[in-house]
Order: sequence, then structure tokens, then C-alpha cells
Amino acid sequence: MSMAASTESQVQANAPATAPPPRRPRRWPWTPYLLSAPGLALFAVLLLVPLVMTFLLSLNSFSFYGGIENVWQIGNYADIVADSYFHEVFLRTFRIAAVVTILCALFGAPEAYILRRMKSPWRGLCLLIVLGPLLISVVSRTLGWALLFGSTGLVNQGLMGLGLIATPIEFMYTETGVIIALTHVLVPFMVLSVWASLQRLDPQVENAALSLGAGPLTVMRRVVLPQIVPGILSGSIIVFALAASAFATPAIIGGRRLKVAATLAYDEFLNTLNWPLGATVAVLLLIANVVIIVGCNRLVERRYKQVFE
Amino acid sequence: MAYLVLDQLTKRFGNWTAVDNVSLTVEKGELISLLGPSGCGKTTTLQMIAGFLDADGGRVMLDGQDLLAKKPNERGLGIVFQSYALFPHMTAAENVAFGLEMRRIARADRDRMVADALKLVGLEQYGDRHPRRMSGGQQQRVALARALVIKPSLLLLDEPLSNLDAKMREEMQIELRRIQRTVGTTMILVTHDQSEAMALSDRVVVMNKGRIQQVATPQEAYDHPANAFVANFLGRTNLLPGMVGGGSAGTVITVADSVWPVSQPMAAGPGALAVRPEKIGFVDAGGLSGTVLARVFQGTQWLFEIETAAGRLMVIRQHDGSPLPAERERVMVGWRPDDMAVMPADPDTASGAREAA
Repeated sequence: MSMAASTESQVQANAPATAPPPRRPRRWPWTPYLLSAPGLALFAVLLLVPLVMTFLLSLNSFSFYGGIENVWQIGNYADIVADSYFHEVFLRTFRIAAVVTILCALFGAPEAYILRRMKSPWRGLCLLIVLGPLLISVVSRTLGWALLFGSTGLVNQGLMGLGLIATPIEFMYTETGVIIALTHVLVPFMVLSVWASLQRLDPQVENAALSLGAGPLTVMRRVVLPQIVPGILSGSIIVFALAASAFATPAIIGGRRLKVAATLAYDEFLNTLNWPLGATVAVLLLIANVVIIVGCNRLVERRYKQVFE
Repeated sequence: MAYLVLDQLTKRFGNWTAVDNVSLTVEKGELISLLGPSGCGKTTTLQMIAGFLDADGGRVMLDGQDLLAKKPNERGLGIVFQSYALFPHMTAAENVAFGLEMRRIARADRDRMVADALKLVGLEQYGDRHPRRMSGGQQQRVALARALVIKPSLLLLDEPLSNLDAKMREEMQIELRRIQRTVGTTMILVTHDQSEAMALSDRVVVMNKGRIQQVATPQEAYDHPANAFVANFLGRTNLLPGMVGGGSAGTVITVADSVWPVSQPMAAGPGALAVRPEKIGFVDAGGLSGTVLARVFQGTQWLFEIETAAGRLMVIRQHDGSPLPAERERVMVGWRPDDMAVMPADPDTASGAREAA
């Protein structure tokens, strides 16, 4: 009896050491989901549902007399893959997007760098000028370019006045025109993105490289550029995606003659009334965009792994 | 002939003079500190030597050559920045190799020199690490190795230890001193930390408001500060107002009811007497009389605050068993004339000293 009692007291004495630590007030496991529910709902209603519906629509078939038929087939995709007209449009779309992205990087990155080195009152002013295009509607900006681009427009008259060209350059309804206008529209995104990565750059790093004997160009190439690559890359993703899916600028500058994927889809929807084909173009544009962007991202991230860590 | 000469170096920003006619000579192999509160012009001076700022006047001669005529990337100086300014996209070894690459040193030599430099700072194992994955102290060492590997004619250190914690800072002080002894490079250290300057330097240059206040060995500046600013900036001091005058036994300074002999020639008029708390003792006669306001035990020592007719005094006595006065006791304090410094009562430096304190 006494032994049993002592064992019991021993067990009690040991209990606090072996028992689990005092339980914290239990967390409701659904809290994170609940908190993100409004965002998720918005995302689902505004993005996911239309996307799925577009995809389903692209599987329907269409005939001139019967209209949209509710059958599930991949004929539209087969048509696009087989038709060289569509190849040309898609190729043009991504050629324009690629050139615009490269131009934006070439102009935007130095622009951001120069802006950062400016003194206080000028910096704010110039930043406002650079970001200014974002404050104006795409349509009115593009119409402005259309005015400048015409054969009697300011650009051609100026160039001819200077004696640089003899006959007007064709800007309207050409890829050149679309590329120039799109670059102007999209360069602020590149500037902002590079600007953000420049903010993280230690200003003394350039001085350190100088003190070690590097010339200004070497400092740029070896020290500054590798560190702003993430900014250029994220800017490029934004610019490429926006350029590849741009509608207003190609529609106004390119017109009906120079089709890109977005204007093609628009025409299929509103002029030919072939909604399934338009939906197919849209879906293919989305897929191609995602594949290209993710692929490039991977490539650059691997190359500059250390900067991204 | 001196190795590095700053001759009336001046820099203005608008109508504010950041560096005002700074002249200084540095011998080869010397470690000299520019010491002062923030805004005293020490970093601006360093930046002008480095070439990141253009001087508005004066000259900088290094080994007989005009440094200001050269571009920053042609000066061949090693610089350790406060933020370390390592290249984050390069490994430690690549960081160190950068300066050698710029000098087009052959691959094999370069690798050997990089390995030697990393070994010098105790980082031989960390060559392929990126700065992001190193501690502050390690980054500091990489920065030091990067600056030293190019065998600079002069090494400039801009607050190199201020981003480290106290323990690491002490370690790096010893390390820095050891490296300086090993490589023998002439170094200029900019710091606002007087204990760091005193621990590391052969000589300190105390600066305030763009002007040099005193150039001396740390001990000399501590024991015989040139003016009230230096006295206050280098450790704790008691600054007592007095009157300088001629007596039968030469020049003396009268502080309240006490009279002290002045060894250097001085004009009669208002003056100030500086004496360190640990140099003051309790005497029976011939000193300054006062009352003990408070006494605080600090382990190895006692801290006294004494009210006198010349103002409050701080006194530090060792805790060695000798009898010490109690609070509210009438006492008399004194010191050896060698332990005090007498200076003219300069309103400008006095106000500067108060700002720094």
C-alpha cells in the first residue's frame, strides 16, 4: 500500500516533465483560407471563370448559316495550326513584342539609371515626364502618334526638312510604326521596374569598383548591370506580355491591314462573328505568352542565379 | 619628405565649408585617424583623397605626385567602405580578384594573390561564398582583402567597424592592427569613435567643423588636449574656467580658491583648465575646495561628483582600500600640474565641445 502510494507520487512528480507543453489556444485551421477568400473569389469570378468559358468556347464549332454549335472538338486549333495566315499573324505579334521589349530595355534601363543619378528637383520632374504617358489614355496617345506618323505628319516633314530622307517613310500601317508607338507606351513600365532594382543598389559599390581601377564602362558592365538584371527581366516580362496582347495601338497604327493576334481575335468576334475561332486565337495567344515568358525567366534566372537569391 | 601631404584642402557645399584649409602630413607606413563628430569633415576629406569628391582648393600629394590631377580609377588607392560595398553578384574570391583583373594580372598569379589575401584576413575557406551568405565581420574582411590585394599606395578606411557589434568590433580592431603591422601599408582611418581611434592609430587628427583641432599621438592628445573641444571629445574631462595671470613664480591660472602654475607661455586673461577625472586626488591643502555631492561605486573604482566654486567636478578614485570621503563631506581636491592642460577660453571651441558631448 505504502509502496503503491510512493509510486503514485513519483508518477505525479514526473508528470509535468513528460506531459506535452501547456496547450496554446487552438487556432482555427480555416483562418488563412477565410482571410484570403475575398481575394480568391475576385480572382475566380473575374479571371478564372472568363478564361474557362473562353477555352470552352474555343472548342465549339461555327458555320455561317448555323452559327455557334455546341459541340466539343478541336477543329479550330487544327485550322489555326494548318493555316499559314495565322502563322504570319502570330509570328508578327511576337516579333513586334520582342522588338518592343528589347527597345524598352535599351531605352528604359539607361533612363532609370540616369534618373537615379539626377539631383533632387530635376529627378522628380523627369520621373513625372517619363511616367506621364501612363496618365493619358492609350487611345488618345496612339491617335497622337497617328497624327505624327502620316506622310504629311510632323515626323516625316521634319526628317525631309532636315534633308535626311527624300520621300516620306511609311509609318502608318507598318510594323515600324506599331513598334515605335508601343515602345513609347510601354517604356514607363521598364523604367519603374529597373528603378526599383536600382533602389537596392549600394551607391558605394560603383565607387568601390572605381577605386579598384575599373573605368566607367567596366563599372557599368561588370558591377551595375548584373545587379539590375532582375529589374530588367521583370520589366521585360511586363512589357512583353502587354505588347503581345496590345490592342488599341496595333488597331489604330496597324489598321486592318496589319493584323496582330489581339486585333485578329477582335475581328473574329465582332466582324466575322466566328466566336469560337476568336476564342481559339485568344487561348493560343495566352498559352504562347506564358510559355515564352516562363521559358525566358528560367533561362535568365539560371544565368544570374546569385543575384536572384 | 612626407609620404602623403594634404595642403590647405578645402571643400564647400553651397555656402557651408565642410573642409576648411586642412593641412596634414602622413609618413609612410603610418596609421592615422581622422576623428571627430559627424559633420566635422572627416569623411569629406577622405572622399576628396579618394577622388569621389572634387576639392575646391588645396593640394593632395602622394609620394611626390599630385593626386587630385588623377581620376579616381587611376589613383591606385585601396578603400574600405562603411557599407563594405562588396559586389553582391560575385563570390568572395571574385570580389578580391576584381582589382587584379582590372590590372590585367595573369590568371595564375591572380589566383595565388587572391588566396594569399583571403588567408591574410583569415577567410581561406570562404573563397567561393557570396557576400549575402557571410556575416558582417566576414564581409568586412573580404572588403579589407579586396582593398589590400592590389597593394595600394594608401589604404582609406571609412568608418570600417561601425556596422559591427561591440564584440566583433574589438576583434576586428586587433585584426586590423595585426594586418597593418604585417603589410605595412599607410592607412587613413575615419572614425567618430574615440576609443577605436586611440586603440588603432599611431597619430590621431581631431577635427571639428571642417578644421583640424589637434594632430598628436593618442596618448599626447589625451593627456595634453590642445583645446576644450579635444579635451571633451577624447574621453571624459573636467573643464574649469579660470583667470591666467603673471605671478611671482611665473605664469599661473587661478581657479576659484586655487592657483596652478602654467608651464607654457600664455597671455593674461580668461582661460580654462582641463583635467581628467582619474588624475584628481583628495589633498589636505593647496587645492580646490568643495563638497561631495554624490559617490557611486563602480566595481573597480569610485565615481565622485564634487561641487566647487568653479563648477561641478567629476573624480574617479581606484577602489583599493584607501579611505575616501563620504557624501556631503567638505573636501579639497588637487592634481599634479603635469596632468592638467591650460587653454585660452575660446568661445567657439567651447561651444563645439558642448555639441559633441
